Amino acid sequence: MVNSILFLAHVSESGGTLPKTAYEVLGVALKLSQQTGARLTIGLIGSNLEAAAETIAAAGAGRILAVTGPDFATARYASDAAAAEAVCRAAQAELILAPATSRFMRVLAGVAHRLNGCVDTHVTSLEAVDGEVQATRWYYRQRIEGVIRRDVRPWIVSLESGCGAPWVNPASTGAPAKTEIEEIPLTLSDVARRTVVAGIHAPKSDAQTIRPDAKLLFVAGAGWTKKQSDGKPHVDQAETLILEFLRNSGASLGGSKSLVDLSGESQAVLGFMTHLNQVGQTGSTPRHPKGLSTCCHGEEPHVVGWRFINERRAVNLDPNCGWARGKADVLYVADAFEVMTKLNALLSERSRSQPIPEVAAQLV
Amino acid sequence: MTNGYHIVVCGSIVPDPLQTLEPVSTSTGPALKNETMLPAILDPWAAHALYEAADLATRFPGSKVWLVSVGPKAKLQQVMMTIAQKVSFEFVPVDASASGFSDAHSSAAILAETIQGIPGLDRSRLLIFGGWESASRGAGATMQLVGERLAILDQFQGVDTLNVQDDGSFEVLERIEGGRHQVSVCPGPPALFGWATGHLPEPRNNPQVGMANMRTVMPALQRAKSVPIQAGGLHYLSASLPKQQRQTRVVKDLSAEQVAYEIAEWIRK
Repeated sequence: MVNSILFLAHVSESGGTLPKTAYEVLGVALKLSQQTGARLTIGLIGSNLEAAAETIAAAGAGRILAVTGPDFATARYASDAAAAEAVCRAAQAELILAPATSRFMRVLAGVAHRLNGCVDTHVTSLEAVDGEVQATRWYYRQRIEGVIRRDVRPWIVSLESGCGAPWVNPASTGAPAKTEIEEIPLTLSDVARRTVVAGIHAPKSDAQTIRPDAKLLFVAGAGWTKKQSDGKPHVDQAETLILEFLRNSGASLGGSKSLVDLSGESQAVLGFMTHLNQVGQTGSTPRHPKGLSTCCHGEEPHVVGWRFINERRAVNLDPNCGWARGKADVLYVADAFEVMTKLNALLSERSRSQPIPEVAAQLV
Repeated sequence: MTNGYHIVVCGSIVPDPLQTLEPVSTSTGPALKNETMLPAILDPWAAHALYEAADLATRFPGSKVWLVSVGPKAKLQQVMMTIAQKVSFEFVPVDASASGFSDAHSSAAILAETIQGIPGLDRSRLLIFGGWESASRGAGATMQLVGERLAILDQFQGVDTLNVQDDGSFEVLERIEGGRHQVSVCPGPPALFGWATGHLPEPRNNPQVGMANMRTVMPALQRAKSVPIQAGGLHYLSASLPKQQRQTRVVKDLSAEQVAYEIAEWIRK
């Protein structure tokens, strides 16, 4: 039984809104609140919250609490944990729902400890069954799905993107809603200010191969760097083909562990492929509607990273590879070098006549 | 300048990723079928943390590395046969379940208590390393909880780079969304780092390092405390394998041009 729910969020990097996932979590919080009759409170953290708070003011929460100020502009453990703790204590909520952003993933467990509560992260669904809240999450890197409940309160739950439909103001007139924010005063100690966030390192826009919002995940396997039919590797050609495909399709690039590990083994590597691209058991589990795998065997440790890829196709020379065993919808037994050359030509021709919006935006 | 660091690496063990995992119900909650028979490895992210710790210790004379590991004794011994050959460390084992279904709060309590019990640990030189998530529970919670229990406020997760600057401060790169890194500067120890992959390759096996480590590993294993992991109010309603099995269409007889056309149409839809 839950009597009170806190939806906890931080402002996005741009400052004027909340992260996209936060609106999905707000949708879940509202649904749970309606199902259980629990009162809903919104808690916000950030430097300047007004604009972000206006976007959710009409959600129907009883209160909007906030910790704000320059100290809370950036993602730093000590300040974010203190802010989240202050909001949670003020809200006195039994269930605290938050988006699984990198900023919150860094602090929520610590906050749970300070509140004598508990935390569950990477939750993919939250439901009220007979008044009892049940959370679903994955174990052993997306290999086993578990449904849990907790006795301890407060229970902090961080929800993954795609956990529900984002909340949209049904009666929006376009004008900002009036918000009454209860600010919680919080002064940080010098110890909490020791660490200073100096900035963000991002690849140049034309070198950015990880695109979380892309509709397609393109995965390159170690086969791209192996000897081809002429007995020689063609890594340069592979790089050109893959980068051209990413430009033409707007896809996000993933790699198998065996490919990204090659750099540590002094073998020929794709220069733009790093551990950040790695998908699978020891890499990431990205969320895209479609995924295309090339030159990758589709072994289980890699494919667990595809858990949230809906439509899957693969190109591989081996008709008995892992993808053929129920892991892809379609397996093309073909030479990826030849297929990608033709595919790039097709996409290039189409994008000239009908540019893909996200690709066109990158070219501006 | 520093007299070296006291680096404590928290690293659990997980089933070899190539093994098939199947959940079974037990009286204490879910577990893995034939769990005791599954070969284990050091958790991959914790292993990266260990390699980074060893590298840092090599660069700063006077440093020392401890590896605190929670798991069944027999499994820990099996994993140490390989890991102990990679880098030098003092092993601090705890004989307890390494199940991914156990509660992060309980695991963190055991780890923190074990770290506090390490003789001669100097907080002014203390760095806590570990994986930012594990390949078992994968919650990304344990290290934060350990940090809180040790009252360490400078915590970093998803760390790929730790540069010690001339003034002794740390420049830390943490993974954030979109393949980017947040850059932070921390004045020095004590600090906690949950590592992602870092930049170091897996060290080659070195039998001499292995022999030196094993002199302390085996006695440490014999002395390892057996500790129950509390459920902590966590209840499993179910644990199951995903049911989705795709009916794969294997296409063998299309030309590269035809395959390209089909994929282009699929992307466009």
